[in-house]
Amino acid sequence: MSDLAACPTPPIGRSLWQDARIRLLRNRAAVASLIVLALMTLACLVGPLLTGHPYDRVYQDYVRVPASLSAYPKAEALPAAVQRIASRIRATPSEIVVDATRIKLVLTAQRPIDQHLLVYFDRSDQFGTPVITANEQEGRRLSLDVPIKRQYFLFGTDSNGRDLLTRTLIAGRVSLAIGLLATGVALVIGVAYGATAGYLGGRIDMVMMRIVDVLYSLPFIFFVILLVVFFGRNFILMFLAVGAIEWLDMARIVRGQALSIRRQDYVLAAEALGVSTGGILRRHVIPNTLGPVIVYVTLLVPKVILLESFLSFLGLGVQEPMTSWGVLISDGARAIQATPWMLIFPAAFLVTTLFSLNFLGDGLRDALDPKDR
Amino acid sequence: MLTYILRRLAAAIPTLFVIVTISFFLMRVAPGGPFDLEQPLEAKVMENLRRIYKLDQPLFQQYLTYLSALLRGDFGPSFYFRDFSIAELLAQGLPVSMRLGACALLLALVIGGPLGALAAFRQNGAADHAVIGFATAGITIPNFVVAPVLQIVFGLTLAWLPVGGWNGGAFRNTVLPIVTLALPQIAVIARMTRAAMIETLRANHIRTLRAQGLSTTTIALHAARGAALPVVSYLGPAAASLLTGSVVVETIFGIPGIGRYFVEGALNRDYTLVMGTVVVVAIFVLLFNLVVDVLYALLDPRVRLE
Repeated sequence: MSDLAACPTPPIGRSLWQDARIRLLRNRAAVASLIVLALMTLACLVGPLLTGHPYDRVYQDYVRVPASLSAYPKAEALPAAVQRIASRIRATPSEIVVDATRIKLVLTAQRPIDQHLLVYFDRSDQFGTPVITANEQEGRRLSLDVPIKRQYFLFGTDSNGRDLLTRTLIAGRVSLAIGLLATGVALVIGVAYGATAGYLGGRIDMVMMRIVDVLYSLPFIFFVILLVVFFGRNFILMFLAVGAIEWLDMARIVRGQALSIRRQDYVLAAEALGVSTGGILRRHVIPNTLGPVIVYVTLLVPKVILLESFLSFLGLGVQEPMTSWGVLISDGARAIQATPWMLIFPAAFLVTTLFSLNFLGDGLRDALDPKDR
Repeated sequence: MLTYILRRLAAAIPTLFVIVTISFFLMRVAPGGPFDLEQPLEAKVMENLRRIYKLDQPLFQQYLTYLSALLRGDFGPSFYFRDFSIAELLAQGLPVSMRLGACALLLALVIGGPLGALAAFRQNGAADHAVIGFATAGITIPNFVVAPVLQIVFGLTLAWLPVGGWNGGAFRNTVLPIVTLALPQIAVIARMTRAAMIETLRANHIRTLRAQGLSTTTIALHAARGAALPVVSYLGPAAASLLTGSVVVETIFGIPGIGRYFVEGALNRDYTLVMGTVVVVAIFVLLFNLVVDVLYALLDPRVRLE
């Protein structure tokens, strides 16, 4: 006992997880990816509330307008817009004076102007309710003061005149949700199946892995297409189908781990103490397979997001007015020449996310690899 | 070896049977039928059509009929492309898809392998980072983004190559689809070769070669055999993902391959066409996996085929 007391504070050991965290934080690409992913998630969750446009609001006057940092309507487009509305009111505009927030003009006509028709200003997306400042010549000459509605379309609008920024963020929600949910399904099935097969071993293991081998040789993408085509384009069904495909790799990885873990002393000790099989699986086997599983999960999420966008490209994905990055990209790809921003922005978001996830996965693999100290 | 191949072929039969059964019943429990048009057909016409195609029989009876026809190598008539049998459609589409896939795989090996080896020899150098960056981009950028960009650049702006179409398989028409298909595979193969090569370069036999002062080329050739193993085992999944990719590429470039037949068949409830494509693709994947396993055993004497 005296020896122990004489010993100064023993060096503090680091667990695998502490060690991995330190190594991960030293990897600059992985940390940057983590930050990017956090920002991306935050933007997709909160962003649609801040853009000022509902994702399904159609602006008829702003169909396919290019991305711009300044507000719409543009000053040079105003006279034409006024002209268009005036002609519907059957009057001629003149003396147009534009300032930052209002436009002053005079409408003249042969016959008295029907003031109800001024509602056309209201109905357009560019102007507010006009105020009549002067009424001359028995209503044939109206001086109007019309407020201008300023709208920002930072990413431009799509071919239906919907704000692309809001839609890209909403699409991010859907894509990320599908990625996470499908990966979750694959994780649960794969880990449970693989751990059971690996821990029980013997004939059960052989049969279970034989089933996995058979499933491997099925042309799965064809089955997903079949499922989605025949049972409706359902959000939940889709991630279930995708998750149901992707668990096979997970099962193999976990089984390999479980095979080596079941020979460890602590498992033998637990068996000797009479812990039930389920208990050993939950307490000892599964937690110790988590390292490779986490790495695989970070690489599976981008795979699933790509698969979803592939289905959306074929028109089998999320349906209007809901949207996902795959839907936006396939719309953009079809109109790449006339409206390149419809492809560039969603593609940039998708590729950034996938890049970050890949770098994070690589970083995690390096951090958790005990051989590589 | 021969007994191994025969055993694997025998084991493929139950797998195929499972595939056929699952897809047959999956399709039939789904709502809709091949003759559901926008304007419904007259009841009598519908009844006759269903009788001609034996759709009025009990489902299990239809299944047996299809299975026995399949055993005789008869894929049946197409429900949607009238006047065509499935065998004729597949005979048109399969060579096209196979040629695209084979060329893309070859291109991926020829470019991806050396790129990965280069990165491994210059580990943590500029060339290494460039290859890794390119590989990550190749994996993350979907091919339905790459395809239109290639079309714009090479088809319209530079006007070097046709934007789409098959044109009887002229070389000029195949370049863009093959490059689009190959890009992600180049990326994956480059990454795998790099990782395997780095591992192999640390092995003892390579260290001996280095100690003897042999040239880098000789060392690379010796290391290539060890590094090729994971790449060879990846070829099976690669073939499967080329089939997947071909659905998109065939749609974008307007190429009459089986990927397009499958999607059209599924959308139009063309039961026999979908079944035919699924069976052919499954046979293809099974055979390819077998070839890969045999190749693996030839390359690595430690692996024994039992």
